[in-house]
Amino acid sequence: MKRRIPLLITFVVGSVLILSVFFPPAESWGEDFSIFFDIIAVFAFFLGGGNLVRIHGKKLFTRKSDWGFSVVTLAGFFVMLLAGLFKVGNPAGMAGDVTAAGSFFQMLYEWIFNPLGASMYALLAFYVASASYRAFRAKNVDATILLVAAFIILLGRTPLGMYATAWIPDSFSILQIPNLAIWIMTSPNMAGQRAIMIGIALGVVSMSLRLILGVERTYLGVDSE
Amino acid sequence: MNNLGLIISLVLIAGGLIWLLVRSLSGREVERPIIFIFMGVAVSVPLLFNITFSEKATPIVKAVFDKVEYLPEGSRVLISFDYGPSMAPEVQPMSDAFIRHCLAKNHKLFLMGLWATGQSLNADAVERVIKREFPEKVGGVDYVNIGYKAGSQGVLNVIITDFRKLYATDVDGRDLDSLPIFQDIKSLKDMDLLLSVGGGFPGVKEWVQFAGDPGNVPTAGGSAAVTTPLMYPYYPRQLVGLLGGIKGAAEYESELKKHYPQFDKMPTPGVAMMGPQTLAHLMVMAFIVVGNIAFFLGKKRDS
Amino acid sequence: MSTARRTSLIILAAVIILFLVSWFAKFSAVQNTGAPFGISVRDGFYITLAAFCSLAIFSFLYKDNPYYKFAEHLFVGISAAYWMCVGFWSTFVGNFIPKVSRTLSDFFEVPFKSFDIFYFIPLILGILLLLRLSNKYGWLSRWSLAFIVGTTAGLNLIRYLRSDFISQVSNTFVPLVVDWEGIDAFFSDFSLAANGQFIMILGNWVVFIGVFCGLVYFFFSKEHKGFFGTASRVGVWVLMITFGASFGYTVMGRVSLLVGRLTFLFGDWLGLID
Repeated sequence: MKRRIPLLITFVVGSVLILSVFFPPAESWGEDFSIFFDIIAVFAFFLGGGNLVRIHGKKLFTRKSDWGFSVVTLAGFFVMLLAGLFKVGNPAGMAGDVTAAGSFFQMLYEWIFNPLGASMYALLAFYVASASYRAFRAKNVDATILLVAAFIILLGRTPLGMYATAWIPDSFSILQIPNLAIWIMTSPNMAGQRAIMIGIALGVVSMSLRLILGVERTYLGVDSE
Repeated sequence: MNNLGLIISLVLIAGGLIWLLVRSLSGREVERPIIFIFMGVAVSVPLLFNITFSEKATPIVKAVFDKVEYLPEGSRVLISFDYGPSMAPEVQPMSDAFIRHCLAKNHKLFLMGLWATGQSLNADAVERVIKREFPEKVGGVDYVNIGYKAGSQGVLNVIITDFRKLYATDVDGRDLDSLPIFQDIKSLKDMDLLLSVGGGFPGVKEWVQFAGDPGNVPTAGGSAAVTTPLMYPYYPRQLVGLLGGIKGAAEYESELKKHYPQFDKMPTPGVAMMGPQTLAHLMVMAFIVVGNIAFFLGKKRDS
Repeated sequence: MSTARRTSLIILAAVIILFLVSWFAKFSAVQNTGAPFGISVRDGFYITLAAFCSLAIFSFLYKDNPYYKFAEHLFVGISAAYWMCVGFWSTFVGNFIPKVSRTLSDFFEVPFKSFDIFYFIPLILGILLLLRLSNKYGWLSRWSLAFIVGTTAGLNLIRYLRSDFISQVSNTFVPLVVDWEGIDAFFSDFSLAANGQFIMILGNWVVFIGVFCGLVYFFFSKEHKGFFGTASRVGVWVLMITFGASFGYTVMGRVSLLVGRLTFLFGDWLGLID
């Protein structure tokens, strides 16, 4: 019961979705299963939110270290949730877009979520610079090839690359940095990415088959659950 | 001002790098905050001095531009906002440029998103670009925003055959059947061009796999720089073209300005960002060179 | 009061004062554009709030500190709620409610479609998924997970096979000699021009051999010796160029995110740039 029914569900759903490609009468079942998947995805968001409340609520009530920050998380969560669920300040009321301009929800998105999210990723620029100085070493032929390619791309994707090699005549224009960068992207880079893509595709196909046929069961967890 | 700023930036950075080289060669460690300050200066100074460069479209970007340009007037173009605030500085200039280009060509614009944050962003694009710069365009007639649906590739699997199974209304609650723009539209196969702007999952790759290839609909993309190399295998047979990172956005903006004088005064954040981008790239390359020189000389010294 | 605590309080006071100064300065700046009093106070507050959120995150560059932790925890909470709300209104209200209840459809002001009993399947599976939060009944969530896994596997199998395998193999069969007009024409037009015949031929050879050698490298069932070993070596070089290109683009991507943030701070907040 704990394992047989989930395996059966996976088999049925996966098979219908594959059949729907080859067998037109099954196409509408495939679409319906996709819509059900979309609705269940929303419950996954609820699960994420619920888990967040559970973890931070526990931290708060047991007064674990840094419990004060859990208050911040929960406060931010509930304020945003209420603003969104009740469409607070939404110009068109319940019928309008939840992200409509002027709504409290959109305000929180634009002036808190947006800057926080953008800043988190902007930090990475500093760490890339630090890694460039401390970690990237041309210790062997392979690493040297990697760094040379990176240099050409870094220069070629800026206007300086164009200015630096503009003097090269047209009959040797492949040696102009921007053209070299384009050639690297459309030839060796494409070749390498394609080889990786083909390998991944074979892996995905084999894993999908294993999941549908019930050979791969790790997603079910352990039986003591 | 542009040249003065460039000279000041280069002098500052060169001076700093010489100091870094001397310090590294003498075997003294360079603390991480120093590197961070270098990076901050390399990006800030060009921004403050407004250093900009002219851009020329590369073939892969020109392919997207030409596709939008040579579609017959009134063609149906769908733009999917598949990104969040973390990628917005890179890809939002692309989506803004696509919207301007499509509306200048009087194409019918369909806006949607596979990311929840995409819904806020396309609502913002409607207010900031469409309503402000194209006030003559009518919602529901010239453009429509159908927003976000959860499910990633599941969404594409449904709308490739029937929009209305998943989308009953637009984001403002208007029935799709009541909108003139949706009159003859049944599915994605009725679109003339799909433009996916994003850089994560789901993104350009999923649009190719679940919409472009099965539906045989021309697909093009604007991708964050991190995922751009991964999309090259799809070009040119599965992807018409691709805008890669902020450089791609800058090239498209330049092309748009070249062909449409009415956009002469339009904001070009892509072009504006290429100045700091250039100096930052130089900085990173210099760090790699200095780091390697210090490493090999240190190794020689030890042996 | 200890020195550390006193320092923390001084820093907190300084942050609050700077916030208020910034708010006042922005409110004045916005009001100078002709905006009404209420809007200028509000917009001044928003811009200052966004700027201080950004600076709190950037403070991590110095070291982990309570301001960064505050911003990080706030982001986590707001982010989770954002996705819940947008998912709820777009898909749950937009797709589920119109298929199960006219009363609820009228309440949420969405058009009722038609009653479909099968739509209780995702409702039941969704509720089972939420049971993951329970220690006793958490095993029931496996049914929902099985549905999710089955859908993903079924969708991906065909799409990856078509777009990422068959199409990619087919696209690798490129002509190894392009625009061939004879030996004389080739050598008379021989050049290293970027769009010249030689470079196009070279590019196609690199793609063909590069894909083949890259795939040989990933074939671990045979020892990489002799011809196979040489092909594998060439494959490694092609992959190194690929990773170098990826690194270059990654640097570009990360730097542009920083430029975007600094543009907001210097432009919208400090007013130093247009």
